[in-house]
Amino acid sequence: MLELNNLSMTFNPGTVNEKKALNHLSLKLEAGDFAAIVGSNGAGKSTMFNAIAGDFFPDEGYITLDGKDITYLPGYRRSRELGRLFQDPMRGTAPHMTIEENMALAYLRAGRSQRAYFSRVSRKDKELFREQLSRLDMGLEDRMKQPVGLLSGGQRQALTLLMATMVPPKLLLLDEHTAALDPATAEKVLRLTREIVERDHLTCLMITHNMHQALELGNRTLMMDSGRIVLDVKGEERRGMTVDDLLRRFRENVGKGLDNDRILLS
Amino acid sequence: MLYVAQTALELGFQYALVAMALFLSYRVLDIADMTTDGCFVLGCAVSVTLTAAGHPFLAIPAAMLAGACAGFVTAFLQTKLGVPSILAGIITNTGLYTINLMAMGWKANQSLLKQDTIFTLFRSTGIGGDWYAIILSGGITVLMGVLLVLFLNTRLGLSIRATGDNRDMVRASSINPTFTITTGLCLANALTGLSGAVVGQAQKTADINGGTGIVVIGLACLIIGETIVGRGAMFRGAIAVILGSILYRFIYAIVLYTKVVPVDCLKLVTAIVVALAIATPALKSWAALQNRKRRAMAERKGAR
Repeated sequence: MLELNNLSMTFNPGTVNEKKALNHLSLKLEAGDFAAIVGSNGAGKSTMFNAIAGDFFPDEGYITLDGKDITYLPGYRRSRELGRLFQDPMRGTAPHMTIEENMALAYLRAGRSQRAYFSRVSRKDKELFREQLSRLDMGLEDRMKQPVGLLSGGQRQALTLLMATMVPPKLLLLDEHTAALDPATAEKVLRLTREIVERDHLTCLMITHNMHQALELGNRTLMMDSGRIVLDVKGEERRGMTVDDLLRRFRENVGKGLDNDRILLS
Repeated sequence: MLYVAQTALELGFQYALVAMALFLSYRVLDIADMTTDGCFVLGCAVSVTLTAAGHPFLAIPAAMLAGACAGFVTAFLQTKLGVPSILAGIITNTGLYTINLMAMGWKANQSLLKQDTIFTLFRSTGIGGDWYAIILSGGITVLMGVLLVLFLNTRLGLSIRATGDNRDMVRASSINPTFTITTGLCLANALTGLSGAVVGQAQKTADINGGTGIVVIGLACLIIGETIVGRGAMFRGAIAVILGSILYRFIYAIVLYTKVVPVDCLKLVTAIVVALAIATPALKSWAALQNRKRRAMAERKGAR
């Protein structure tokens, strides 16, 4: 489904701030793969997401999604097939627009003809929104005319998740999307994520700093360091693996321990 | 007295289109569009010149198209060439001065004498009697308001609103901000051009300096309207700009009539009102902080 081939990216080349963020990174995801990514601070996890989403074009290498080369496709043209959630729940929704309008935006952009600039939301669409919202079990279906700015962070993140998957994307990118939420809400959003991914058989990449999550969720665990993927466990090998096993394998491959304050503190 | 009220209503409707344009650019897109002053004169000049040539109806869409072109230049400068948005508007505005002179045949003003305008033609139909100018101006403005509200709820309209509301979200979704900003600014300036066109034909004259300060007056109308009607849905915004503009013209008329403020000072008063209105949130939070500081100090002293 997704292939990153030999991707490299250096920021601020030739200055003291030079940073090799991606270092000949290669990754292949099969359709329906759900991979959790862990890694040290500055390992390039988010940079990899930014490259996939088209926030910048890589110095080297190429990216294909569903067989189509998207390496130099502008970001806004990829996002039809790409759902993306950020850590900050405020980034995914427009606060002064109502819940209904936000959903309409997500629905109208992903569905039907891209040239239908003057298409409007029909009553049938609104029924669909209501039904989808009721599945969140947050009572949002009765607040559809309220601006999104009135919702809590958890509610906004759940809504963003709904918007990103309303029309199933080819790839879902989750960048620590529950990290800024309180534990109970995080649990709920995570459960929703799992449900939706399973229901639609979505291909999904998820960055996390929770090692248990990384082993428990999905079918693959990826570890990153210094702009490359250093560990990729799946299938038989992954079953029965403990956090300690994972950390040991990381040390063997990289030659040093995992250095992420958030992981160490959690 | 009735005549004063009629004039205020008529001008209110005509200039409401500028406030509507600023609602679209300043409120919805969150861009302070400085093209407005020159664009208003452009609409006026195109309209009056074409009317003088005997095309009062063609003059209206032509003025809107000219306005949209001005908006396009501003949008192009800021989206494609990286010019800061306020500067982009000022640059276009400066350039428009020459364009406007050109549109008037290299004269600083242009007047209509016996030529038919949409107003004289409408009067000859007999509709509305003495109120014909108000009915025509009001009709145009209300029509534009309805179209704008309908538009802002289409897919493209929602995309434009999202662009002004959350750039981060837009970047991560399939909206192309270059496209939405360009469309938004073209539409806003088409409205400004329309305002100039209507005003030009109503007053039978176009003047190269006729647009000075229009952007601030438009903002004043917007803010007055929002203070009364409140902010929120797009429908409310459209009502707010029309009401605000009429109210501004009434205040203007009262000032002219009673001379409570010397007429020469009106621009300054308008500027101060707009500055204060926009500064209100900052002033409020400053006052709240001072209050809290004072109370905290008093409590600490009391505790000692």
